[in-house]
Amino acid sequence: MIAIEFLVNFTLLGFLLATALVISRTNRLFQSVMLFGIYSLLTAALFVVLDAVDVAFTEAAVGTCISTILMLSALSLTGSRREVAMHRKSPALALGVSIALGAALAVGIMDMPEFADPNAPANLHVAPYYLTESVSEIDIPNVVTSVLASYRGYDTLGEVVVIFTAGIGVIALLAGRTGKRDED
Amino acid sequence: MEGLGIVNYWIVVALMMTGLYVVMTANNFVKKIIGLNIFQSSVFILYISIAKVSGGTAPILTSEAEIYSNPLPHVLILTAIVVGVATTALGLALIVRIRSAFGTVDDHEVQDVARD
Repeated sequence: MIAIEFLVNFTLLGFLLATALVISRTNRLFQSVMLFGIYSLLTAALFVVLDAVDVAFTEAAVGTCISTILMLSALSLTGSRREVAMHRKSPALALGVSIALGAALAVGIMDMPEFADPNAPANLHVAPYYLTESVSEIDIPNVVTSVLASYRGYDTLGEVVVIFTAGIGVIALLAGRTGKRDED
Repeated sequence: MEGLGIVNYWIVVALMMTGLYVVMTANNFVKKIIGLNIFQSSVFILYISIAKVSGGTAPILTSEAEIYSNPLPHVLILTAIVVGVATTALGLALIVRIRSAFGTVDDHEVQDVARD
């Protein structure tokens, strides 16, 4: 018997694949960006089904909203509507490289443990420790929060440094852009 | 769950191939960034699929649940999503800058302008 959550899981994965394929086919940029918003939202829904609720609302807030807004801003600032069709590259080489990547990954995937297997190696290493000890050590019921902010706190600090660097980069690239724009 | 096998991972591979294909064939730089994001989120789905435990629930400890999904991949992907958006923002800022320097955001046209 297939549980309903697995059925939802496969349906969402099907939608994701369909959205990604439509994005690869269309040459309208606004359409691509909107489809990408849908794609992110589907990913967020999939994460809820797969029990990753914290990841899901980060994806919904940051991935869906901010990414889509940033892409729409970039489209309006660059004034592009659709891809120039006459320059369309021959897709044969790209298709070949993609299929080679797919084949290489397929070989790796054959050895993966069954989906949702409780005895998969990934679920037997530190995860049981976090699940049993984090309440007595950190006293936060949400294990994801205790791992993020305490056990792997330096990781999160590194993430903040990356965001800060990216922010400085964006400011450096865009500073003074409005003055120059009148020339072209 | 018997028989469900590794379908999740096959779809991850398909999404990754689609993302790479879009990055390679797209002429417009914004479209390339979209392809990069598809590629990236396929990796997220791979990790979150690995974390799923059959019959488990979200890793927020309560007295009612016994089995929880693995919290560690969730933490890693939480970090990766935020970093991914930061790099997307940087990439888009570069595109805006390319537009003001070359007057176009088309791959071929930028190469033509650079050659002249």
